[in-house]
Amino acid sequence: MLSINNLHARVEDKPILKGVTLEVPAGEVHAIMGPNGAGKSTLSYVLSGRGGYEVTEGTASLNGEDLLSLEPNERAAKGVFLSFQYPLEIPGVPALTFIRTAVNAQRRARGEDEIAAPAFLKLAKEKAASLKIDFEMLKRGLNVGFSGGEKKRMEIFQMAMLSPKFLILDETDSGLDIDALKIVSEGVNALRSPDRGMLVITHYQRLLDYIKPDRVHVLAAGRIVASGGPELALQLEAEGYDKYVGAAA
Amino acid sequence: MSLASALKTGDVTELPSRRDEDWRWTDLRGLVRVLPESAPKFDGQVAAGPFAGLADGEILFVNGRHVSTNGQGEVMALRFVAATDKTSQGASYALVVEPGASLTLLESHEGRAAGYVTDVALDIAVGEGASLTRIVLVDDDAEAVDVVTARVELGAGATFNQTVLTSGARRQRIETHVAHPGAHAQVRLDGIYLLNAQRHADQTTVVTHDGVDGVTSQLTKGMVADQARGVFQGRIIVQPGADQTDARMGHHALILSDKAEIDAKPELLIFADDVACAHGNTIGALDEEAVFYARQRGIPELEARAMLTEAFVGEVVERIEHDGARELAAAWVAKQLGREE
Ligand SMILES: Nc1ncnc2c1ncn2[C@@H]1O[C@H](COP(=O)(O)OP(=O)(O)OP(=O)(O)O)[C@@H](O)[C@H]1O
Ligand SMILES: [Mg+2]
Repeated sequence: MLSINNLHARVEDKPILKGVTLEVPAGEVHAIMGPNGAGKSTLSYVLSGRGGYEVTEGTASLNGEDLLSLEPNERAAKGVFLSFQYPLEIPGVPALTFIRTAVNAQRRARGEDEIAAPAFLKLAKEKAASLKIDFEMLKRGLNVGFSGGEKKRMEIFQMAMLSPKFLILDETDSGLDIDALKIVSEGVNALRSPDRGMLVITHYQRLLDYIKPDRVHVLAAGRIVASGGPELALQLEAEGYDKYVGAAA
Repeated sequence: MSLASALKTGDVTELPSRRDEDWRWTDLRGLVRVLPESAPKFDGQVAAGPFAGLADGEILFVNGRHVSTNGQGEVMALRFVAATDKTSQGASYALVVEPGASLTLLESHEGRAAGYVTDVALDIAVGEGASLTRIVLVDDDAEAVDVVTARVELGAGATFNQTVLTSGARRQRIETHVAHPGAHAQVRLDGIYLLNAQRHADQTTVVTHDGVDGVTSQLTKGMVADQARGVFQGRIIVQPGADQTDARMGHHALILSDKAEIDAKPELLIFADDVACAHGNTIGALDEEAVFYARQRGIPELEARAMLTEAFVGEVVERIEHDGARELAAAWVAKQLGREE
């Protein structure tokens, strides 16, 4: 599914990713943990094609198809979805309008017909209800004035509406209260399937109690410095990153 | 110095030029070397205007001549059609809204020819306690020169709401003067310009508050792409004694290309005490983070930019009181930005 090989990337001449190699097979959920500034968000941005990053070495592909040469919207149409660590506010564009525009753009890119308005609304109502999002909120400017937790919930709502192939969740748990964490996790788990993969970036083991990872990786100073099963997350929670930070430097 | 007087005398030196302070960004003298011949009477059929279906009646001018007035009611279409290529024309029209009456004026300037020069002067009196909403849709040919000047005299307690929607011309000026008596009179004075290629649009307003307790709320938003040029000159004068005036002016614009230009001059000239006046003027680019966010969701770059621009000017559309006109304005914005459904 997702293959990252020896990926190097820099921002403004500053190397951030220094040889990331990672394989997420279809059907699996991999967690990435690591200290602040390790390059976790950078990895998610490079994979989704945000400007300002220069890939100096290495490759990244989804189902054998090179991602790095594609425009961000083309990657999205191929099924890459990034749940942002800090979702943007889009004043003047109601959430529903934004998402319908996105759904239809992706469909067009894949040569499919646009979704009819009634079918779209029905789906939106269903997904909003399952995420306990007040439907009225979807008529307001996307994320405008929403709390941190509401924005994260809105990311998962968009994800549910777009039903992507590969999910990257960048600290989706931060800012969520205990109930919201459960609701959001259920939303994510609903998308688990044999043909989907997920990369879950988090600082807290607690999220991984809800979204059970197949593998856990430690990213420190731009490299994957350790990989293991779910027990690695528990161990990190107990011991911190001390030994990896030293090892990576 | 005015286009109207140049058209009357045929003397191009009468045209406003860069040397006239109020015209320095909209130089006509430097552009128009020779005035085109005056437009002939037009014999053909004129297709329906942009506000057809919304108005109770229609006042039609073609090539500078009054052709017909049909119907009457609280919603009237006022159309100025330029129908013959490379000609010039001038028209003037006077309008009175009787005290206590209410009128929605759906005014269109329709370029149905190429390379014309046109001047329209409106004299509007809004009686005591009366209300006028003026929606001005300016759809000019890319090579046209177009000047529209309105002088609006308000009675006590009158309401005047205006929204100008323009896509510019080779050179274009939409000028509005409002004599504001204060005394509970209310003015909303808005505009949207969406300009591409080498188009130019100038929205100039002068509001003079002469009495106590008048309200002016002004919001103009625009976008310039390619080599287009947007001009906003807003002047609010609060005369001595016009206390408790509440005047707010906002002009906010997006520049989407290095070669595009915006010139803005908001001015508040306050000679009274105890007034609440403020102005804001911002010019910037689209938020690239928001563009990326939309693209990450699968929206192609051009569509993302158009969507964000539409949202940016949408605030002005939302201020239009008349439902039909507001929907039409929203559709016009979408069309200008290539976002027709
Ligand atoms: N535009 C930029 N210019 C300069 N440095 C940057 C830029 N963006 C990111 N960096 C740097 O890159 C490094 C990695 O940042 P990144 O956001 O990927 O870390 P992270 O692992 O996601 O951290 P956190 O856990 O705090 O979210 C940091 O040192 C950061 O300061
Ligand atoms: Mg981060």
